[in-house]
Amino acid sequence: MTEDEFAAYQSLSEETEDHRWAFGTGFTDPLEGIDASVPDGVDAAALTAYCLALGDDALIYSHRLQQWMTRLPELEEETALANIALDLLGQARMLLARAGQAEGRGRGEDDLAFFRDEHEFRSVRLAEHTDADFAQLAGRLLVFSAWRLALFGRLAASADPVLAAIAAKGANELAYHREYAAQWVIRLGDGTPLSHDRMAAALGVIWPLTDELFQSDPVANRLPPVAADPAELRAEVDAVLDEVLAAATLDRPDAAPLARVAAGPAATACTPRRSATCSAELQSVARAHPDATW
Amino acid sequence: MVTAAGIAAARAIAAAVPDPELPMVTVADLGILRGVAAEGERLVVTITPTYSGCPALREIAHDLRRRLAASGFTEVDVRTGLAPAWSSDWITAEGRRKLSAAGIAPPRAAPGRSGPVPLTLTTRGGSGGSSPPGLAGTRREAVACPRCGSADTTRTAAFGATACKALFRCESCREPFEYVKAI
Repeated sequence: MTEDEFAAYQSLSEETEDHRWAFGTGFTDPLEGIDASVPDGVDAAALTAYCLALGDDALIYSHRLQQWMTRLPELEEETALANIALDLLGQARMLLARAGQAEGRGRGEDDLAFFRDEHEFRSVRLAEHTDADFAQLAGRLLVFSAWRLALFGRLAASADPVLAAIAAKGANELAYHREYAAQWVIRLGDGTPLSHDRMAAALGVIWPLTDELFQSDPVANRLPPVAADPAELRAEVDAVLDEVLAAATLDRPDAAPLARVAAGPAATACTPRRSATCSAELQSVARAHPDATW
Repeated sequence: MVTAAGIAAARAIAAAVPDPELPMVTVADLGILRGVAAEGERLVVTITPTYSGCPALREIAHDLRRRLAASGFTEVDVRTGLAPAWSSDWITAEGRRKLSAAGIAPPRAAPGRSGPVPLTLTTRGGSGGSSPPGLAGTRREAVACPRCGSADTTRTAAFGATACKALFRCESCREPFEYVKAI
């Protein structure tokens, strides 16, 4: 390496007061220097809840992928899913930070990720699902990334410029995730009789979780120029799934949607619309040692 | 007041900051550096992340402050600019030349981003050559080998050691190489 290549890391070895114990650590605000104001006419409480839901989906999904690390069939898949988890974690950080800005109570991404209780999480159940095998991982990632890409494609034109920028950025990443997942669904579906049957069985497990993605959302209804109507995403997502399933020689599962979780009073922006399961693993260290640095 | 000459000097310093993950190229080569401007006594440097979760962005911000401070710019704000979203199309011709010289294939043109994003599937009977069809890991792509120039290359992994890269192998010289993903 040249002298300048080492110089890229030189600042790491310097004494600083920002707890930079390793590469990439010690930073606090993923939206540093971005205009945090909420546009006129936008319901700030609803924007908070909306960004929380989008951030929670990414945070919980990322965590579920991280739980796969060291258990995947090939090193290439470890790398792929670690990268996808990192992309989603990056999206979660920006979305939770945006939620904190809109809320205006001084809560940052870490407060929202580590110090909310399970019932305060707003993620979809598809994001929370624990994959029982690699086929479920592939099928779930296909549905999730196809849905989120369709959603972010619309949110790129959101009336909230920060949300629009986060969505436009994330869409590029999600398109890549979707293709990765699609390739695996095809490889397994159009593979051996055993892999085909296991992929079909996995879709049967995932499918009841998909209907929730397109259900009307009272929070989105309060943010017409900011949010996307979930029902409008269905056609685009269906077209993608149909194309992949056809190539994979798989049938669309005939599975009834999982019953909806009874929601609280819909008028309260932060009412949990879903039963969320946030792993204690995600929060326990931060809660046991608040504000700890190491 | 930061003078025009001062801004030009600061811009030159900022543009020369190496990327921590790809130290053979600078933040200007990668299109990460969005702007250098003055606001009164303060210098404002705007950078953009490549990938949402890329940890390099804060290291770059830190390195920018350190290098600018060493040249006398002590009042520096480093801001994040998210829009327009970074794409690999922002990598300059000079950046592509440096990547290639270092054995990393530069990205092809990024896929278009208007309307629904089309899938690009490889299915049975597709362009898999002699490889088993439909395999995610064996898709042929028109990425030239940075070592021998051959276009006969195979993607061996869609993701690599950093968020921005995928892995390839050249079927002519048999060397593996990294490729900057086109997004």
